[in-house]
Amino acid sequence: MRLKRFREIFGIGLLSLSAVIVVLILCVIIFDITTKGSGVVSWEFLVDFPKEGMTRGGIFPAIIGTIFVTIITTIFSIPLGVSAAIYLSEYAKEGRLTRLIRTSIRNLAGVPSIVYGLFGVVLFVQGLHFGTSVLSAGLTLGLLTLPWIIATSEEALKTVPQSYREGALALGATKWQSIYSNVLPYALPGILTGSILGLSRAAGETAPILFTGVAFFLPKLPGSVFDQFMALPYHLYILSTQHHAIEQVRPLAYGTALVLVALVFMMNLTAIILRYKLRKKF
Amino acid sequence: MKELIYTSKITTKDLSLFYGEKQVLEKINLKIPQNRVTAIIGPSGCGKSSLLRCMNRLNELIPKSKIIGQILFDGRNIYTYDVDVVELRRKIGMVFQKPNPFPKSIYDNVAYGLRINGIRDKKKISKLVEKSLKDSGLWEEVKDRLNTSAMELSGGQQQRLCIARALAVEPEVILMDEPCSALDPASTLKIEELMKELKEQYTIILVTHNMQQAARVSDFTGFLYLGKLIEFDDTNLIFTRPKEKLTENYISGRFG
Amino acid sequence: MPTREFFRKYITELEQELISMGEMVNIAINRSVEALKSRNIEEAKKIIADDIHINKKRWDIEEKCISLIATQQPVATDLRDIVAILNIVTELERMGDHAEGIAKIIIILGDKPLIKPLIDIPRMTEKASDMLKRALEAFMKRDVETAREICNEDDDVDMLYDQIYRELLSFMVEDPKTISGATHLMWVAHNLERIADRVTNICERIVFLVTGTMEEINVSKY
Repeated sequence: MRLKRFREIFGIGLLSLSAVIVVLILCVIIFDITTKGSGVVSWEFLVDFPKEGMTRGGIFPAIIGTIFVTIITTIFSIPLGVSAAIYLSEYAKEGRLTRLIRTSIRNLAGVPSIVYGLFGVVLFVQGLHFGTSVLSAGLTLGLLTLPWIIATSEEALKTVPQSYREGALALGATKWQSIYSNVLPYALPGILTGSILGLSRAAGETAPILFTGVAFFLPKLPGSVFDQFMALPYHLYILSTQHHAIEQVRPLAYGTALVLVALVFMMNLTAIILRYKLRKKF
Repeated sequence: MKELIYTSKITTKDLSLFYGEKQVLEKINLKIPQNRVTAIIGPSGCGKSSLLRCMNRLNELIPKSKIIGQILFDGRNIYTYDVDVVELRRKIGMVFQKPNPFPKSIYDNVAYGLRINGIRDKKKISKLVEKSLKDSGLWEEVKDRLNTSAMELSGGQQQRLCIARALAVEPEVILMDEPCSALDPASTLKIEELMKELKEQYTIILVTHNMQQAARVSDFTGFLYLGKLIEFDDTNLIFTRPKEKLTENYISGRFG
Repeated sequence: MPTREFFRKYITELEQELISMGEMVNIAINRSVEALKSRNIEEAKKIIADDIHINKKRWDIEEKCISLIATQQPVATDLRDIVAILNIVTELERMGDHAEGIAKIIIILGDKPLIKPLIDIPRMTEKASDMLKRALEAFMKRDVETAREICNEDDDVDMLYDQIYRELLSFMVEDPKTISGATHLMWVAHNLERIADRVTNICERIVFLVTGTMEEINVSKY
């Protein structure tokens, strides 16, 4: 009896400890970045262009670039991904072909991001002649995000009770009508949350945009999708490792890191709030 | 044996149903009388719900389902290529075991069937919504809050909403798959009384595992056991002098 | 709390049929004694033939009761109601048989003059008939008080029967030739006494229906 009780306490203690350690790690990272970066972050930092070889100034173009490329990614990956998820969840008949499709998508999710980058070069930069541009980078990131969006959207669609579909069909709805009016609205919070989380990850990726369109310094903002762009993760990478005056720019690196983390957090927060609000409607 | 004489709204002819290899229904020959409540009873897993779902072809949602035989609706086989399934399902409505109001307002729930069938006239929709809610006995309770979410209603109210939703598209037959099994006794009673009122305009087929409910509510009862129709007769006769021993054993509670 | 309207309707209809059967029986009783008074053999034959209708009505009502029990699962007052109806129709059917019995005696007596004028027999009939009528009303109104009163009035009928019995006995002792006629009249009186007894049974059922307990209301003085 005492032994059972002891084992229970031990087990709970171990699990709690793991949770604490995880939170602790997160706190350490945030603490580190915040303390070393907050000194640098200011309004000017956010809206100014980099000056004097990046040793001073701001990271405005990097912020804009990241946002720009994420928008391209969104436009490409969300409609395609959600449609694929709807097909897999609602229309595909269980069989070898469907299993093959599903396995392929899962495998795609495991492909290293640098491979995506190289693939993007071959397909978008050279093959389709988009050149190194926001478009190429955005599409490459889109390919990266696609499996994630399909997986989470399918999950969201799976949570819709079968009775909603049947209820609509029993009233004389066609399959698409029942999906559009009953299934999608219910699955929307899940789909949106998954999508935003996927996109926030894409926003922070470096490898896929490396050869497909990002640049360390551009004198002006990209004027069209065919222009190159600056991006936060790449900017951070260069400042931390490649810059000729690494010691001097370290604070700027931390500042960039802080902004990037803040951006990702904001996107995640948006996802959470959206899901909460939409859930309440149902 | 006295032949039951009545107009048959739905007739099954040697109906057999398979889910893959498994046979669920075996040569069912059933004549569902028009404007009456017909109950289908039997132990769990005997195929009652499957039989019901054959009638509005909802069984087709189950992968690998196969039908042999015919189901005649007003004399025409519904399992032929030229039957418009969508229109069939409008004429043969269904109420499910667990109330499943859509996550929309009460008004939109009832109007749903109308809208997807192409009715746009707001006045017409409004009239039909009111009529359906009145016919299902829910109007008085919700007339002041038609725009609130249907999810806020109680279980019994939700089920009556589902009935109103089915009534709105003006069906001829209403299939009820254990409609009261998730409800409390007071709501169950309300819906049983409702069934008796509805039969004047509609033909009602009720599947229930609650024998007493079948006895209270129905005019005709069919007893299904392991996929076979054992007996079908006037409810009074089934419950006072059933012809088959198996029927007698089941309704006396000796098994099932 | 929703009411089971359809169920209520069935029970009310059944009660109406019970009353209607009771009226049929009451008419048969009065007809039979009228026919005895007027020595109307044709009428007696009709009464015997009409008893079939009373019997049919009884089976009709019984079937409906059984149906109701099987399909509606009545409990408490509803159940006692239906059980009371089942019992009362049995009593009524027997009362109909008693009236038929009187009619048969009329035929047997034929043209032979009665050994004494009918005075107490009509009085018994009037009393029994009135008791039945009021019992049926008490059933519809669920009137326990009246039911108990009617039970006590059975004593009056018993008294009249004793009177007739003693009178006819004295006739038979004096003149053995009157035995046949006297015994026939005694049977008529006996039938009427049984009819009144059965009315008390009906009244006991009414009390049971309302209170839920079976009471022996009128214990015989013997």
